[in-house]
Amino acid sequence: MAVCIAVIAKENYPLYIRSIPAEHELKFHYTVHTSLDVVDEKVSAMGKALVDQRELYLGLLYPTEDYKVYGYVTNSKVKFVMVVDSSNTALRDNEIRSMFRKLHNSYTDVMCNPFYNPGDRIHSRAFDNMVTSMMVQGC
Amino acid sequence: MEGLTLSDAEQKYYSDLFSYCDIESTKKVASNGRVVELFRAAQLPNEVVLQIMELCGATRLGYFGRSQFYIALKLVAVAQSGLPLRVESINTVKDLPLPRFGASKNEQESRHTTSYSSDTENQGSYSGVIPPPPGRVQVKKGSVSHDTVQPRPSTDQQESTSPVVSPQQSPPTSPHSWRKHNRHPSGGNNERPLPGPGPFWSPFSEAQTGSSAGDAMWSGHSPPPPQENWVSFADTPPTSTLLAMHPASVQDQTTVRTVASATTANEIRRQSSSYDDPWKITDEQRQYYVNQFKTIQPDLNGFIPGSAAKEFFTKSKLPILELSHIWELSDFDKDGALTLDEFCAAFHLVVARKNGYDLPEKLPESLMPKLIDLEDSADVGDQSGEVGYSGSPAEAPPSKSPSMPSLNQTWPELNQSSEQWETFSERSSSSQTLTQFDSNIAPADPDTAIVHPVPIRMTPSKIHMQEMELKRTGSDHTNPTSPLLVKPPDLSEENKINSSVKFVSGNTVADGYSSSDSFTSDPEQIGNTVTRQRSHSGTSPDNTAPPPPPPRPHPSHSRSSSLDMNRTFTVTTGQQQAGVVAHPPAVPPRPQPSQAPGSHVHRPVDAEGLITHTSTSPQQIPEQPNFADFSQFEVFAASSVNEEPDDEAEMHPEVLQVEKTSDPSSSLRVAKPDGRVEEKTAASAPANVGKSTTPLAPPPKPIRRRLKSEDELRPEVDEHSQKTGVLAAVLASQPSIPRSVGKDKKAIQASIRRNKETNTVLARLNSELQQQLKDVLEERISLEVQLEQLRPFSHL
Repeated sequence: MAVCIAVIAKENYPLYIRSIPAEHELKFHYTVHTSLDVVDEKVSAMGKALVDQRELYLGLLYPTEDYKVYGYVTNSKVKFVMVVDSSNTALRDNEIRSMFRKLHNSYTDVMCNPFYNPGDRIHSRAFDNMVTSMMVQGC
Repeated sequence: MEGLTLSDAEQKYYSDLFSYCDIESTKKVASNGRVVELFRAAQLPNEVVLQIMELCGATRLGYFGRSQFYIALKLVAVAQSGLPLRVESINTVKDLPLPRFGASKNEQESRHTTSYSSDTENQGSYSGVIPPPPGRVQVKKGSVSHDTVQPRPSTDQQESTSPVVSPQQSPPTSPHSWRKHNRHPSGGNNERPLPGPGPFWSPFSEAQTGSSAGDAMWSGHSPPPPQENWVSFADTPPTSTLLAMHPASVQDQTTVRTVASATTANEIRRQSSSYDDPWKITDEQRQYYVNQFKTIQPDLNGFIPGSAAKEFFTKSKLPILELSHIWELSDFDKDGALTLDEFCAAFHLVVARKNGYDLPEKLPESLMPKLIDLEDSADVGDQSGEVGYSGSPAEAPPSKSPSMPSLNQTWPELNQSSEQWETFSERSSSSQTLTQFDSNIAPADPDTAIVHPVPIRMTPSKIHMQEMELKRTGSDHTNPTSPLLVKPPDLSEENKINSSVKFVSGNTVADGYSSSDSFTSDPEQIGNTVTRQRSHSGTSPDNTAPPPPPPRPHPSHSRSSSLDMNRTFTVTTGQQQAGVVAHPPAVPPRPQPSQAPGSHVHRPVDAEGLITHTSTSPQQIPEQPNFADFSQFEVFAASSVNEEPDDEAEMHPEVLQVEKTSDPSSSLRVAKPDGRVEEKTAASAPANVGKSTTPLAPPPKPIRRRLKSEDELRPEVDEHSQKTGVLAAVLASQPSIPRSVGKDKKAIQASIRRNKETNTVLARLNSELQQQLKDVLEERISLEVQLEQLRPFSHL
């Protein structure tokens, strides 16, 4: 059950961030922000390795007692960070991957929109719907 | 009078009405005549009107100032809603519907009023909505005042006169929406917008019939068909002449209309709304859209790129966010470009939005690009399920059809199922979609099958291998069998990779190695492909296993053919071996020790067969040397042409290595291939090449390389090209068989046929080469003898 999903731009500012339990929104914001360091660390570790989907998916960035943070970076250095609740049955890696894949697809669709300027916040309703579906059902 | 607080809608509406009444353009005083007319049009009893006028202070002042006018309007609204007229009621009554005035030409107006009341939240549209009535009024110059509330019903009755009427009705918003734009700049100048409606009025006039009138427009609540507004961000303002025409006709109609029964209006409205599909695009609208499309993209089957569409729709002055949403709705296949259908849908949505209709969350059914089976689509549209739009399937972009059909059918489901949507988007032709062809993605679309490598012919290769084995054992020329035997193990492990990478092999081999067609040994291919295959779930580890030279670019089918070739070659090789002088016990070309190296015989054969031998045939090892030999042979052949003794040395690398003349060219040749082959065969021919390495490696390499990088070797290769060229040609001639049909019997049979043909050709080649080899060998022997004789002398 993803509790927070964030899309971070290349310059490390959020393009889209949404969390489910509203009361912890600030906490998730902070979590996502700190996870960016881990993302950068992983990205740099990969070096110039050829980019394939496996590398897009960064995997578990770091776990805490409450939740786990997963990361995914696109070729354009746009990062997706997902915070999932640990209490849920541990989502399989594949499920996380599929969630990121969906995210990436939706993000691509948003990008396709000529009225969307890269770097703007994402207001697309389709994207919102997709994210909501992911957060509600968790997969 | 106390201060009057008006909502935004009211504000706008009142100001418009005031402008309407402000015939003297004083912007301060509404002429009494007009006002009275207006009030009368409100269908209030005269005494009420008088009361209102008194209340608002006009009687006191003697004229209708703006504030008085507003108050009066408010009171009219109060009266119309049945509330007692009180001064206090002006401000106390909340949510008062806007005063309704009989609409002469103002079906629009009334429509607006209804829409106002219903769409109070549509602030954006109001300005657009409001302008028209006044504007129109001005145009009509006096036709007005009778504002019958019945917009549509009157139009219904006006059908005969509908050409003008309907435009007004149907695109109520058009003029005003158009006005909206103009309003902003003009700040209330009602003259300007007039030209606007003209253009679409004209189209409307032709088409507008009861049908058009009846459509969408009717439902007072549902968004009027956004026929209007086209021109708004379109281009040239319509000629005012049209307008002039319209007003006149409108006037007539308005008079008629005013006669229209107000009572029926509601009924009609209700009726119309029942079947009315606000999102339906009428023919005129569609024609207009198509024309607009043509201005951007002459080819109706073509696309409008996103940037052009963006510019175009930005002209409509809708907020970017809404345009973005409209785009999301209308770009059905998410490709960043609009087809005709998508463009029409988008345009329609823009017009609707400008007219004050909220954008739907999902694309209405009638706007959906008709691809294949729109009937299957679920509710989608919130409006009636009319698929009137479906009439335009012909215009559906054919290019999208492959994915579209499935998309279309699954669209409703896709809407609900993000997973499917994901699949679809992956399937879509959109290049932006991620090329994630992971095996775990289950593409329902058969198209993806083509994309995803399909492991095929695991068995065929094995079968081939077995066949070859059988042949080997059965044939007299079993010499090669030994090396061949060594191959199987490698092949087997390669085969297992084969399945996953079979498809890939074709890919990797795409290095112009025409000969590789026959060559397409699974193991090699697998090796190479695996290395190169990214997304293929990790079959890469087995790279090192297949020793054979890099697979040819040929798909697996060719491999089968290559297997046949191998078989053939091995057979011939065997023959050669039998007949040939005992080969010098040179280092076995390949690490595989079993190979009876003699490979002079092998080599030429193998050279050709190398290509094939890498294919699952167990001849890997022996063929390698053969392959190498072949190259040597070719060199030799070339040299035979040139009669260079050096070539001989080349030909027997292992033997002549010591004696290898330092023929620059030959060495170069060898060296070059070496380099090349190294790269290529690096993964594929590890073990085998181990022993012979250099000698063997080069031979295959030159050949391969030659085929692959013609340009480099061309000068040298040209000479050799005779045989190799033929061989390559033969091999290359093998059509690349789609991997996906590996299991397709027909394809297999076809490939078998092809392979057989290739086999025969190659067999012929082989025999010829064998012959040449013999000759060359003889020459070599003689040269060696000479050399021996000369050597002692050299020491002198």
